[in-house]
Amino acid sequence: MKKTGSQILLECLRLEGVDTVFGYPGGTVINIYDDLMDSPIKHILNRHEQAAVHAADAYARVSGKVGVAIATSGPGATNTVTGIATAYMDSIPMVIISGQVPTPLIGNDAFQEADMIGITRPITKHNYLVRDVKDLARIVKQAFYIARTGRPGPVLIDLPKDVQMDSTTFEYPETVELRGYKPTVAANPRQLEKAAKMILAARKPVVYVGGGATLSDMSDELLKFVEAIQAPVTTTLMGMASFPKTHPLSMGMLGMHGTFYANMAVTNSDLLIALGARFDDRVTGKIATFAPHAKIIHVDVDPTSIKKNVRVDLPVVGMLEDVLPRLTEKVQRDQGELKDTVEATQPWRDQIVEWKEQHPMSYKQTKSTIKPQYVIEKLRELTEDDAIIATEVGQHQMWTAQFFDFSQPRTFVTSGGLGTMGFGLPAALGAQAAFPERQVIDISGDGSFQMNSQELATLVQYRLPVKIVILNNNFLGMVRQWQQLFFDKRYSQTCMELPIDFVKLAEAYGATGLRATKVEEVGDVIKKALETPGPVIMEFKVSREENVLPMVPAGAGLNEMVLAS
Amino acid sequence: MKHTISVLVENEFGVLPRVSGLFSGRGFNIDSLSVAPTLDESISRMTIVTTGDDRILEQITKQLNKLIDVIKVIDFTDQDFVEREMLMVKVTAEAETRAEVLRIADIFRANVVDVTPKSYSLEATGTPQKINALIELLRPLGLKEVVRSGPIVLGRGAKGWKNSE
Ligand SMILES: Cc1ncc(C[n+]2csc(CCOP(=O)(O)OP(=O)(O)O)c2C)c(N)n1
Ligand SMILES: [Mg+2]
Repeated sequence: MKKTGSQILLECLRLEGVDTVFGYPGGTVINIYDDLMDSPIKHILNRHEQAAVHAADAYARVSGKVGVAIATSGPGATNTVTGIATAYMDSIPMVIISGQVPTPLIGNDAFQEADMIGITRPITKHNYLVRDVKDLARIVKQAFYIARTGRPGPVLIDLPKDVQMDSTTFEYPETVELRGYKPTVAANPRQLEKAAKMILAARKPVVYVGGGATLSDMSDELLKFVEAIQAPVTTTLMGMASFPKTHPLSMGMLGMHGTFYANMAVTNSDLLIALGARFDDRVTGKIATFAPHAKIIHVDVDPTSIKKNVRVDLPVVGMLEDVLPRLTEKVQRDQGELKDTVEATQPWRDQIVEWKEQHPMSYKQTKSTIKPQYVIEKLRELTEDDAIIATEVGQHQMWTAQFFDFSQPRTFVTSGGLGTMGFGLPAALGAQAAFPERQVIDISGDGSFQMNSQELATLVQYRLPVKIVILNNNFLGMVRQWQQLFFDKRYSQTCMELPIDFVKLAEAYGATGLRATKVEEVGDVIKKALETPGPVIMEFKVSREENVLPMVPAGAGLNEMVLAS
Repeated sequence: MKHTISVLVENEFGVLPRVSGLFSGRGFNIDSLSVAPTLDESISRMTIVTTGDDRILEQITKQLNKLIDVIKVIDFTDQDFVEREMLMVKVTAEAETRAEVLRIADIFRANVVDVTPKSYSLEATGTPQKINALIELLRPLGLKEVVRSGPIVLGRGAKGWKNSE
């Protein structure tokens, strides 16, 4: 039996195991939306296409599945761009379907035409313009395959309206044949052998974990590896929740707003074992003084990440799924040797404990104003271990990374690479759609919140009980901090002159609004919010000019941290 | 340093901008680029001449390999290869210089492909160095138009690219 393009698309999605899609209708996807009414796939109507993409992205981040978003051509499609770029930078598996004007009109500046293939080329892992309905099933199959294998990433399918309406016999291909795409899965055994040798010989090893560990669900294997060699661990923002922060070997995050001890450990280490991380400039600081005494082992599935930013002594190309268990096995082969190594690295661990005692993560508690860090700590205390925390971008994001003790993988959803304000609320929405029963919290700033606050409507409509924390400093705080430290306190355009009544805003959408202005109200507001059904905004009036510390100024070395204001 | 690489790509819609966009987006140079289908019509071959140190070249090759439509990247830096470029040039040929143009053409084994009372159009192939030399000799006579194909290269030896590793 013949099916139309739009039917084929939905059927393919179903066969790929997609149960929920996020999107927004329009003229060139109206056929898809019509067929959606007869499909078992659930559609969530966001209030902005950017939000739909962030939601699908977070759906993927928390579930490990491929997220799917749909937008109409032209403005709908261009609205997805920030969402796609966000997913691309953080290697999130996604398929984005954009409508396109009918093929005969392409290139004619038709109504709502935008060249999405051109626009998204540098921000997708791959993209497709479907020009014949006969290619559609194959393309969808390939898109999902590309999105989730190797280093994952977003794939866009641009689907002209006439192709959605054309019909053909439907057959979903069973396999994917792409001669130009063969991601390396298994690492070279010789490289692993060398890695094991280097690890056993190291006296000041540091394990540096990135988003790859999260994406490949390697937390358990990571723990085994780390405990075997007893090496201290630092993570990036993206790797954060893949290693429990409460573990004695955890040093928290490294980099610009990393902990004193993580940055000191990296600077003094003699072996850096990088696992699924890409040496971003926010992590390394000045390259010339980054880990100056360390040999570097870099394990990554993407060869382009290796030696891109820093010199690497031992590259290992492969999936962590393959590398970590094999590496653990290799270092454990000679128990005597391993024991010697663990003993010989004891002074190193002692040194790290000393650094931890010297400069623990801390802030000055006050009686009069609420400290944002306090809200984060209180939140951790009052939420479940498997609560999913999404954030926006700014100081509140960094405080979350510093003060929230994540203990379970895929519980921290944040825009790391692109640093997209407005990500958190739709991301929390997508996460809640994936796990309706779990606690999902968006930790937001007053600025970021207003970049996608329309999603309150989506939350209320779909009964997604996301709890929103707004750390309201009435500033674009992170930029203000830079202005304070590097621009003589000239607060150009960072003060949000107009105070917003977030409680009323919540109520306008049919959600609940709560506010705390005093320290002693914080706990009660959080408790009350967690008990209240449906979405809740908790607005905390926090001390306005608090800074995120430590801080490595841009361009400085990791050991040149500013520790106190 | 100059490097010549061959990139075998799917002969599909929109592949060229993926490659050229990668170069511009990552700040790599393209000194020249030529492209046409291969014996297997489903594959096109690009020859790209680029400049950069070893680290940049390594990134370029890796980044090219990462593109889904790229089937194979051959870096000729450490390989023996033959290189040819084609030139078409329109040179002023007034009464007193007509013979000189032909004499130079003859030395460089260039062919005359078009003639008018005021000009000769020549076609020549050779290494880029030879093409440069030819252009320099013709320059004083008056160049009206110069078209270069950019070099194409072929690895030496009996093996084709499919089994060269
Ligand atoms: C879309 C976008 N625009 C601009 C920026 C630059 N930026 C980074 S942090 C920040 C301030 C965020 O303010 P707020 O959400 O109130 O968070 P705070 O830092 O005050 O906690 C800005 C403007 C960005 N990251 N994303
Ligand atoms: Mg703020």
